[in-house]
Amino acid sequence: MIGNLPYIAVAIFIGLGIYTLMFKKNLIKIAIGVCLIENGVNLFLITLGYKKGAIAPIYTQAPSGQAMVLPTPQALTLTSIVIGIATTALILSVAMMIYKHYGTLDTDQVRRLRG
Amino acid sequence: MKKIIFGIAFIIFFSFLIVSAVNMRTFGEPTISEMDDYFIENAQSETGANNVVTSIVFDYRGFDTLGEATVLFTAVVGIVALFRGGKK
Amino acid sequence: MKEMSRIVKTVTNFVYGFIIIFGFYIIAHGHLTPGGGFQGGAVVGSAFALLLVSYGSLNSNKFLKKDIFSLFENFGLTLFIVLGFSGLGITFFYNFLANSGSWFGDAAVIGINPGDMNTGGVIPLMNIAVGLEVLSAFGVILLTMARGAEFTKKKENS
Repeated sequence: MIGNLPYIAVAIFIGLGIYTLMFKKNLIKIAIGVCLIENGVNLFLITLGYKKGAIAPIYTQAPSGQAMVLPTPQALTLTSIVIGIATTALILSVAMMIYKHYGTLDTDQVRRLRG
Repeated sequence: MKKIIFGIAFIIFFSFLIVSAVNMRTFGEPTISEMDDYFIENAQSETGANNVVTSIVFDYRGFDTLGEATVLFTAVVGIVALFRGGKK
Repeated sequence: MKEMSRIVKTVTNFVYGFIIIFGFYIIAHGHLTPGGGFQGGAVVGSAFALLLVSYGSLNSNKFLKKDIFSLFENFGLTLFIVLGFSGLGITFFYNFLANSGSWFGDAAVIGINPGDMNTGGVIPLMNIAVGLEVLSAFGVILLTMARGAEFTKKKENS
């Protein structure tokens, strides 16, 4: 069980993110929860492609005679990180516009006031 | 009352995550890796770049990079459009 | 947002040039060392964030203009799509410059070697296009949100 420590760390990341989404009421804390879930999924993608005792998949001045780590999950994680940036920027901008319109950031009061 | 139902649901979901994380296959032994063996063998002779990850991102899987550049561009357009309605 | 003290402004004046040059080094050597377009663009974007935080958002409108960043972002994405269409004789996104002898066209030595800059085909050009787009996107996002935060604070104080 102690050899599976990266997978337990991913499970703790996703669990903390879901706890923040379910139990907190401030809009900024909800944005932090979404960001935590996204980063946990990125970590999970990278740790799936590891070979024991292997080096990075680059041929420039590499130490000779060793196997290489699988390169495809690293390429897919690059795309996922950039999409995470776009999502976080948009959710923070919508939070700023809600504060400008309603005067508060509490989700209970944003639901009650109409216009 | 609502908090208790939320708490029980969260504890059940978190126990699913922990049980599946402990029972996954061992860390460091991937089972199916034929596509990546082909990429590591032939990336230098076909594309001429030393970095295998960059040649996958821009040459073997260039469509995903095109989609990602479009997503970033659309997010910037959306943010500029949100902050524009204040000038009269 | 207000500007910071004199010590912070002096260190920023000294350091932001090195950060921008380091970011361009990571973009340009993307086919030999770890890095590439997205990573180098993020490093240059963090230099712009440093300038914005240490000079305040009212003063930094004098040297960081939103129109120039928007122009560079459009140029970067258009260059990326044009490079995708120019290999259309065989397929979309074909690497028509690799192993051909012209610009960026040497054949790489198979196996472990110290890298040669002239290899890679169309990959270094795509790195530069994507790097331009990512750094301009960071600049536009930071400047727009900083100016929007000014209007919000003015309404709260009135």
